Amino acid sequence: MIAAFFAVIRRDLLLAFRRRAEMANPLFFFVLVVTLFPLAVGAQPHLLQEMAPGVIWVSALLAALLSLDGMFRSDFEDGSLEQMLLSSQPLAILVLGKIIAHWLVTGLPLLLAAPLLAMFLGLPEQAMGTLWLTLILATPLLSLIGAIGVALTVGLRRGGMILSLLVLPLYVPVLIFASSAVGRAAEGLPVSAQLNILLAMLLAAMVLVPLPTSIALKMSVN
Amino acid sequence: MNWEVFLEMGGYGFYVWTAYGVTFAVLLLNILWPIMQRKQLLRQLIIRQKRGQR
Amino acid sequence: MSVIPASIGRFFHRTASPPYFYALADKLIPWLTAILLVLLVCGLYGGLYLAPSDYQQGDSYRIIYIHVPAAWMSLFVYVLMAVMAGIALVWRMKLAEVMLIASAPVGAGFTFIALVTGSLWGKPMWGTWWVWDARLTFELILLFQYLGVVSLYSAIEDKRSAAKEVAILALVGVVNVPIIHYSVEWWSTLHQGPTVTKLDKPSIHVTMLIPLLLMALAFKFYYLIAVLQNAKLELLKRESSSQWVKNLLEKKA
Repeated sequence: MIAAFFAVIRRDLLLAFRRRAEMANPLFFFVLVVTLFPLAVGAQPHLLQEMAPGVIWVSALLAALLSLDGMFRSDFEDGSLEQMLLSSQPLAILVLGKIIAHWLVTGLPLLLAAPLLAMFLGLPEQAMGTLWLTLILATPLLSLIGAIGVALTVGLRRGGMILSLLVLPLYVPVLIFASSAVGRAAEGLPVSAQLNILLAMLLAAMVLVPLPTSIALKMSVN
Repeated sequence: MNWEVFLEMGGYGFYVWTAYGVTFAVLLLNILWPIMQRKQLLRQLIIRQKRGQR
Repeated sequence: MSVIPASIGRFFHRTASPPYFYALADKLIPWLTAILLVLLVCGLYGGLYLAPSDYQQGDSYRIIYIHVPAAWMSLFVYVLMAVMAGIALVWRMKLAEVMLIASAPVGAGFTFIALVTGSLWGKPMWGTWWVWDARLTFELILLFQYLGVVSLYSAIEDKRSAAKEVAILALVGVVNVPIIHYSVEWWSTLHQGPTVTKLDKPSIHVTMLIPLLLMALAFKFYYLIAVLQNAKLELLKRESSSQWVKNLLEKKA
């Protein structure tokens, strides 16, 4: 079972690595969307600094949302998803493996953009640590929560819009706590409560998400 | 029963009556729509059944 | 399952059969409608005429008689949907699936009403059409959760799978409801001042309370009628090729 878990992760990483160029897309998207905000609202430093936590986190959310479709899509299309459903390994474990691989490929790279975005928006130095922490805690959470939505819509031809409609209400609490944490850190206020809540949500999601996701996958594939 | 005073609602008439109006419109719609759809479906099914029987 | 007496088991078994349920709905609806109308008339008479003006808000507070019951129902219906979702998934009960999907548009309607009436209440009170207070924000997200259920169901062709997927969505969504409530409340206290509490009446006078409870009850009966109408339609759609529907058509033609 553990071997299957790591095998799934390794396979997905390998497949992703074969299309190395595509791996940078969520990252580029993330930076690009953040860039839109100064262009749209004007470049006053004070305004940008105030908006920074929210802007960074909304953009991260959108980047995560856009990358969700790839989680099960290619496996669905070439039949390997069906194989996974039929395998003797518990599907929940395989699904958790796929989610983790998805995060490693689409979520973790977003951290690389953090210093650049902080600079673009004038986020104070003292908030950087919290920014890193929220990204590390919440991006896997986004992959996990998103997985349920993907599993429900993977069988649909144009599932993208519906996927967003399903997943965004579930993302709202993550957005609230993550952006609030960064905002408070920027003002020098304590953020342990928000970070603890994010951590709790992450742990809860790791335990609770795989099962409904596997059930949804079984329904989608049939 | 002073109808004018009633409709005025202490100056807030527009807000109160729009609120009640929207409420009843939505509630009515949510009942009438399935009824209409069902009647239409029944008609279509009857036609189909008659065709099938011939 | 042995805890449930046999007679009740038989009752559910019979009720769960589509033709029986369809006929039952037909019998119940007129009675429910009669009760609904009585409750509505009493509630509205009490709320719009008998109850006195509010000291602070004048007559605009009377929106409470539709805003609050609608908000209560928007939450109640979603929880009910989650219960039906659980029953549908665990016991594979077709009727639970039908009631689940029949409830969604009704719940969405209530949520929409809560938002619009809240907005119309807020404009004279707070001066703007929209306020990002905890309650309205929560209702807005709840509306999106309802719309998600409706969208997902209509997007999937095979309605049996669609119902099961929607059941999962409803269960996941209901877990999200208290989380959203908590996080939005907390977020709201960060950004709002004390003016938000205008909607919280510390103690409500009994002449104002009774019409409110009557309206709340009336909305529950409305929900039953609306869900039965939706359920009849859905049953007809799903079972259109079955024998009982054919018999029904013969009777109508």
